[in-house]
Amino acid sequence: MATQNVATGGSTAVDKEGGEPSTAVESRTRERDVVLIPAVDIFEDAHQITVQAEMPGVSKEGLNVQADRNSLTIEGAVALDLPTGMSALYADLRSTKYRRSFTLSGELETAQIAASLKDGLLTVRIPKRVEFRTRKIKVEVP
Amino acid sequence: MFESLFSGFDTDSVFDEFRRLENEMVQLFGHSPWPAGIRTVGRGTFPPLNVGATPERVDVYLFAANLEPKSLDLSIQQNLLTVSGTRNVEVNEKAQYYRRERFDGEFRRVITLPDDVDPERVEAKYRDGVLQITIQRHESARPRQINVN
Repeated sequence: MATQNVATGGSTAVDKEGGEPSTAVESRTRERDVVLIPAVDIFEDAHQITVQAEMPGVSKEGLNVQADRNSLTIEGAVALDLPTGMSALYADLRSTKYRRSFTLSGELETAQIAASLKDGLLTVRIPKRVEFRTRKIKVEVP
Repeated sequence: MFESLFSGFDTDSVFDEFRRLENEMVQLFGHSPWPAGIRTVGRGTFPPLNVGATPERVDVYLFAANLEPKSLDLSIQQNLLTVSGTRNVEVNEKAQYYRRERFDGEFRRVITLPDDVDPERVEAKYRDGVLQITIQRHESARPRQINVN
């Protein structure tokens, strides 16, 4: 039994390097692949927006978090310990890939996004730009 | 058949191995419809689980991120496996929530295993948010080669 890490896109690379032409039909099949939508909690406090996404089975190596000015995309590939020659008896999950995207707004500092992964729970923190942070305003009584 | 006969001379075998792994993943996660078991539950049940089998053992994978392994209660009676536990989602009181989709609270799932599993030989481990329970099958139930004299 070995630890198996089937990373996203790994098989496409294999096809190329194996010398087999990767056909249009094949890429179309891949696009139709079922993708799991991770459940998320999203909350905002004075300094940042936090996204917590459930991606059980995804290790650090299989995870891909991408952000640009307008969007945040989280992707992950499930890697499990599988014995050789296993066949399925029952399956709630019908895919090994997670993917979900969110649009971001201008007040977020997308260059400073921080992500951490623990026991299949991904936490992404997106800080707000300093000028957009909520400030307490002190009322001065004359 | 010829393919496997001729591979193994160069790097192909490595990639064959990758392909095999991928095929096994597809096998476990499958895309064909299975007949629904009597204890099958609807979509959105926590935690989702997959069950895979080989002639030697049965593996149950429960997909539950951020569990406290101590909160889990596993029991097996004949071929009925019960997994229950609690998952508490930390709530940030000061924050404003836009989405709350993560499961919070107690859960319980009952899984019917094949009849020939050995309830004495069960192992469980928790890694990357997946609880994997391995149950060995009885030796006597394994397929055996019979020699014809």
